[in-house]
Amino acid sequence: MLVNQFLILAAALFSLGVYGLLVRRNIVLILLSVELMLNAVNINLVAFESMIRSADATGQIFTIFIITVAAAEVGIGLAIVLMIFRNRRSADVSDLNLMRW
Amino acid sequence: MGAFSDLLLIAAEEAEHAEIHAGDGGWWADTAGIMLILPFVAYLLIIFFGKRLKYQGGEFAVGALAINLLWATVLFVMNMTGGVLDQTTFEIARIGSDLVFELGWVVDGLSIMMYFLVNFVGLLVFIYALGYMEGDVRVANFFASFSIFAGAMLVLVGAPNLIQLIVGWEGVGLASYLLIGHYWEDMDNVKAGNKAFMTNKVADVGLILGAILLGLAIGDFDFGHLSEAAVAGNVELNAVALTGGFLLFFGAMGKSAQFPLHIWLPDAMAGPTPVSALMHAATMVTAGIYLMARVFPLFQNMAQDARPWMIAIGAITLFAIGLLALVANDIKKVLAYSTVSQLGYMMTAVAAGGYTAGLFHLFTHAFFKALLFLGAGSVIHAVHSNDMKDMGGLRKYMPTTYWTFIVGSLALAGIFPLAGFWSKDEILATLGHEGYTTVMWIAIAGAFVTAFYMTRAVALTFFGEYKGHGKPHESGKLMARPLIGLAIPSIFVGVLNIPGVDWPGIGNFTEWLGVRVVAMGDYHPESVDFGLAAVGLAAALLGIVVGWMIWGADRKTQEERDSFAVPVLYPLLRQKYYIDHAALGIVGATTGPLARFVDWTNTYIIDGIVNGVGALTRGLGTFVYGILDQRGVDGIFNGLSAVADSAGSGLRKLQTGRIQQYAASFVAGAIVLAVVFVLVS
Amino acid sequence: MEWFDTWGLTLIVFLPLAGALLLGLLPRDNEDALKGTALVVTLAAFGLSLLMITQYDFGGGSYNTYQFEVNETWIGAINSNYHIGVDGISLPLLVLSTFVMVLSVIYSWNHWEEPYNPKGFLILMLILATGMNGTFVALDLVLFFIFFEVVLLPMYFMIGIWGDRTPRKIPGFSREIETRLYASIKFFLFTLFGSAFMLLGFLALYFRSGEFGDRTFDIIQLTELGGMGAFTGTFAFLVFGAMFLGFAVKVPMWPLHTWLPDAHTAAPTVGSVLLAAILLKLGSYAFIRISIPILPEEAASWAPAIAILAVIGIIYGSLACLAQTDMKRLIAFSSVGHMGFVMLGIATMTDIGINAAIIGMVAHGLITGLLFFLAGSMSHRYHTREMARLGGNMKLMPIMGGILAFTAMASLGLPGLAGFWGEFMALVGSYNPLDGLPLGVFRTSMVLGAIGTVLTAGYMLYMLQKVNLGEPKEEWLDKEFHDVDRFEMTAWVPLIILIVIIGFYPRIVFESTTDTVVSLVDTVFGSEITASLNSGG
Repeated sequence: MLVNQFLILAAALFSLGVYGLLVRRNIVLILLSVELMLNAVNINLVAFESMIRSADATGQIFTIFIITVAAAEVGIGLAIVLMIFRNRRSADVSDLNLMRW
Repeated sequence: MGAFSDLLLIAAEEAEHAEIHAGDGGWWADTAGIMLILPFVAYLLIIFFGKRLKYQGGEFAVGALAINLLWATVLFVMNMTGGVLDQTTFEIARIGSDLVFELGWVVDGLSIMMYFLVNFVGLLVFIYALGYMEGDVRVANFFASFSIFAGAMLVLVGAPNLIQLIVGWEGVGLASYLLIGHYWEDMDNVKAGNKAFMTNKVADVGLILGAILLGLAIGDFDFGHLSEAAVAGNVELNAVALTGGFLLFFGAMGKSAQFPLHIWLPDAMAGPTPVSALMHAATMVTAGIYLMARVFPLFQNMAQDARPWMIAIGAITLFAIGLLALVANDIKKVLAYSTVSQLGYMMTAVAAGGYTAGLFHLFTHAFFKALLFLGAGSVIHAVHSNDMKDMGGLRKYMPTTYWTFIVGSLALAGIFPLAGFWSKDEILATLGHEGYTTVMWIAIAGAFVTAFYMTRAVALTFFGEYKGHGKPHESGKLMARPLIGLAIPSIFVGVLNIPGVDWPGIGNFTEWLGVRVVAMGDYHPESVDFGLAAVGLAAALLGIVVGWMIWGADRKTQEERDSFAVPVLYPLLRQKYYIDHAALGIVGATTGPLARFVDWTNTYIIDGIVNGVGALTRGLGTFVYGILDQRGVDGIFNGLSAVADSAGSGLRKLQTGRIQQYAASFVAGAIVLAVVFVLVS
Repeated sequence: MEWFDTWGLTLIVFLPLAGALLLGLLPRDNEDALKGTALVVTLAAFGLSLLMITQYDFGGGSYNTYQFEVNETWIGAINSNYHIGVDGISLPLLVLSTFVMVLSVIYSWNHWEEPYNPKGFLILMLILATGMNGTFVALDLVLFFIFFEVVLLPMYFMIGIWGDRTPRKIPGFSREIETRLYASIKFFLFTLFGSAFMLLGFLALYFRSGEFGDRTFDIIQLTELGGMGAFTGTFAFLVFGAMFLGFAVKVPMWPLHTWLPDAHTAAPTVGSVLLAAILLKLGSYAFIRISIPILPEEAASWAPAIAILAVIGIIYGSLACLAQTDMKRLIAFSSVGHMGFVMLGIATMTDIGINAAIIGMVAHGLITGLLFFLAGSMSHRYHTREMARLGGNMKLMPIMGGILAFTAMASLGLPGLAGFWGEFMALVGSYNPLDGLPLGVFRTSMVLGAIGTVLTAGYMLYMLQKVNLGEPKEEWLDKEFHDVDRFEMTAWVPLIILIVIIGFYPRIVFESTTDTVVSLVDTVFGSEITASLNSGG
């Protein structure tokens, strides 16, 4: 069983996510980038699981776990974005300096 | 909960005295505690309902004391005829098995005398105050505080133990503070009240520590047990007796205004005159004497070494402070100094072993000094001034006040056969018998001084022409009748204790006071010493005569009348009474400057030390707070947090609030970690 | 009343917390409902604590036996249990706590500091109540620690949000800081600093107890171990020292007291009252409940040091009072002096001294609580606490002035009022401390403490003179002042009555404490410790 293809795909996906996270200004896109990174991790997990084949399918379970968490995260994240947009009329992260001391 | 315990104390027997015969007083003694409570009930009634009544609640105060007087009189008569000895206590706290606190009331010769005195004089003064205080700014407050006083004083004299005594002791101190500062709009009065409270509080340290020492030595604070232990020679008590005795005496010095703690009493005259009469003359200031008498067996049997010191203090007080009365222009201050001096007599007597002599003087003094103060109050009411410069010639306008004041003055001066003569003579006899001859002569000189300044006060107030404003008039019945009510006992109570005289059926004062748990073992003269009595009387008469020579004549102004200090130039020089003149010269040249010197010392040195200590303490407080606390202790903690603060302000520059910068450093960190992992593995 | 034996104490502790949750659900605009709920809840807790008095067996007061005890497994992994119970020492303090809480709710009915928000304030008060009640009944060190710390947060927010907003220059800081911020942070940090050490001490005890069986946080078991002499030497010294830091900050003892004047001055009225009336007692209570029984030998050897610090506190606090210009700050500093007497009582390690400490705590709670109520009400009306600007209060508000005078007299220890017993008995105790303790130190302390009472009288009279007496200043003459209103009256009259009753009949406190304290001293300081002290020094 070859895992390399999957790993390369996942690495590419992850790097795209990192790139998006660092350079994008729009919060929604940043959130999407985070999702990309999470999915890259999912691919890795499934790939390794199919290679190792552990008795209790830990890889798949964790994948499902991450999907759930990701869904919750997006839910909360988008809610925050919505609130920020309503209050500030902008979804640009460079405008947000609320978290400065 | 509270278990009432009745305790009939068994009269002890002592070799030199006959057995003390006493009943338990029956119902009247068992319910005597009502006297301690009624004034407080009156207080509450005045606070809540007083303002609606005509005398703003004075009715309640008078009513309470009137009911009290019934009990006091019944007990007094029972004690005269058969002796009453009873104690009722009520446990208020118990710590383990070794410490019990009780409240209650003791009914014995000493306390019955005080019950009677406080309620009798108190009732008359209260009635007088109804008239005197009419139209005052705060009549209800006045009577409320006055009721607290009466209650606390009765709690004090009824105390079966040191704890309750302390409760009453500080209670009367509180009432004194409230009443001296009755006109608190004026800061001078407030400061006088503070001075009284603080001086007493300093002395109370002695009382409290003394109580602790003695109480822990015998296992409780009961006076009866203390007396029994002192007589029985309890070893543990003996070990602390001298220190404890001194400490208690220090407490007594404050309340009874003994030199040098007397300084508060003259200032205390800032209070309304009825207050001065009842508290700062007749009853409250005698609490110290009462305490010394209460623990008399301690000094008699164990702490004899304290006695010379106590007598010395008493002697200084009675003579040196008495002199001050010569230069006072405020009529109430004259009486105040006189009170201090008389308290000196009592203290000297009790300290010398004259239990009866000291207390008998306390008893008689209460009547005539209250009378004098009420007379002075009547005068002040009429002329609207305390200063004798504004008086003169009042005998024509105020005959009742005049005659009663004369009675009081003669009694105070110790003129036969008034009350003061007998009690002062007994003190002299006791001092002589106990071997304190010098002190006895000082006391005789004191008798001269007493007569001397009272003559001055009487002459400047009642004789000559009126020097004040307006037309003075006699006070109303409410004020005049109490004067008469006090004048009568001032004349007659002296005969209750003529040495060697047993009145049929009732005995004499000495016997009544002897009704205690243990026999007092004091000295009291068994017959009149006519020689000594003559000397005492002569000293007093001489004082009056010399005083009258100086102040009898009228002048245009009181200042001229009162300028006796310039001695040699009086017209009397060319008179044939050359010897009189010589006496006058000596008196003028010595007592005047001496009195002024003492006054100066009093004002500048003793008062100065007190004020200095106050200022110093205040300064120390500023220092402790300002330098030590704010800059020192607090500075350390502020310094620590300032360090944390500046470290924080450096570090927080890293926190830019840009999410992507954070993310970048996060990714960079992850990469670094990944590289490290790769290299290491 | 079987349900009461098992559930009573838990209800007293957690009813306020339940009330706080309920308040959280109520709308913020419906103030009457909010206040009403808070009042009902606190009244219920108070009522239950009164019921507890009637059910309490006063005869069975031997030490280390508790009544209404509940012992359920809580955190099994570290053998920490939900273990609560009351004995004669904690009963009066528990009742005091529930009682003062009721009065505080009544008082706050129409007294709100900026920024208003009764809902938030009441919730914090109720959480505070749970923390305080819990501390007095906890019999497990972890539980104790948690309740002890629960108290911290609400008080921090009370001071920080509702506190005094005047900017203040603090030496060492460049900027001016709002008093409330400075004070709340100082309060929090100081206490947390102490509790960190305290927790270390608790943990050390826990691990050491493993050498004698199962590791335990249980105060009863630790007391038994301590009584058998399990904890000795350097270990005990360090543990005692760590716990000492934690408790002494809370008392507060000199020189760890500097948070107190700031916190008191900045706190809203009810905050000051609760702080003075109950929070300060947590520290001294912990000395009696934890330090002394578990480490008796160390307690005895630390006693002279505690006594000296206590006396310094008495004198120092009184002197500092004399220098104050701010009325509330003066009252705050007076607490340093009064708690000095409490600690002096504890330091004697005798039944008299410890009883003195407990009645001193109760009396201080009532009296100083009332003083802070008064100071708060007066600054509500005058909008200043500067004594130089006040004066003639007796003329402007006679009833308030009268109550202030009464309370000042009670505070200076006038015999016949509650404050007397704590001071007097602490002095009695220090004349004859536990056998083997240095008599010289304690008797000197007694004399200095007695002098301290004179200073106390001095500053109380000074305050009365400045605030109450004399003519009112010009600036107040054309203003209208409302004398004591009915909510204030309802909150204060019970305090006044209790101060008088305890003054004349201290037995209502001693009835509960004395047996327990006597047996505590007897069991803990048995002959062995006295003997070793005597041979050692």
